[in-house]
Amino acid sequence: MSSDAEPRFAPYIGRQSEPLVVDVERGHIRRFAEAVGDTNPVYVDEAAARAAGHPRIPAPPTFAAALRANDPRGGIDIDWRKLLHGEQQYDFAQPIYAGDRLTLVGRIADAAVKQTKAGVMDVMVIETVATNDAGARVFTSRSTVLVRR
Amino acid sequence: MSAREANLRDAKVGDVLAPVEKPAITTQQLVQYAGASGDFNRIHYDEPFAKEGGFPSVIAHGMLSMAFFGSLVADWAGGPHRIVRLSARFRAVTFPGDRITVGGEVTARDDAAGTASVKLWAKKPDGTVTLEGAATVRLSPLA
Repeated sequence: MSSDAEPRFAPYIGRQSEPLVVDVERGHIRRFAEAVGDTNPVYVDEAAARAAGHPRIPAPPTFAAALRANDPRGGIDIDWRKLLHGEQQYDFAQPIYAGDRLTLVGRIADAAVKQTKAGVMDVMVIETVATNDAGARVFTSRSTVLVRR
Repeated sequence: MSAREANLRDAKVGDVLAPVEKPAITTQQLVQYAGASGDFNRIHYDEPFAKEGGFPSVIAHGMLSMAFFGSLVADWAGGPHRIVRLSARFRAVTFPGDRITVGGEVTARDDAAGTASVKLWAKKPDGTVTLEGAATVRLSPLA
């Protein structure tokens, strides 16, 4: 019998997604920059990117969110209307550039229960690591999501 | 030396990242962001679905506002490649029609590590803080 104090997602800690290889495409970077209203020309213009010291077109910082690993939450029953994004952190070991080929692995890193003004929430921390084709880490994403009970 | 390089070279605690008021968020922008980011949670574009979830309308992706942080810091620091860490806590929900202003301030400078830390905020016109964040940026150009 589950109690209020029991983290609902605890049994899934350590669950990892199948690695996914993605190519960072410049058209994708452009569409992302347009969607977030970022008009910096380095995201769309190769010459502007080079003039600013980049080898190729760089991605905006949170473009990392658009590089989606296979979801390690597959098969877990989640009501998406009750899910809130609580916190997000990116650690960049190196910039993301158009033309990069990255391997993404997502992992359920932690689970907890939180008592909030809105009631009891189940907390899940999802960590995604991106490595390049030389095997070097490019970024780590840490997402904290809350699901209302 | 560009103004942005000077921002970093001379960065000191208390320096302000000038606030930027973003155009009002639109449902079209949420659909664009859903497509560009791959976040297709219907709560961001399907009104009946959002209402069943207890919201008065669709809600904006928190990550869209975090992208505003990314733009602010990258513009201040002279490029996205200067950012070594970017974080956000989502404090209040944002709806289509909301005009979000983002700003920040330098909170620390670590010459040994060659980095500066900034704190970030996103607000609605009524003062509601929607996101709080932080960034760590590299002070020197990338080798």
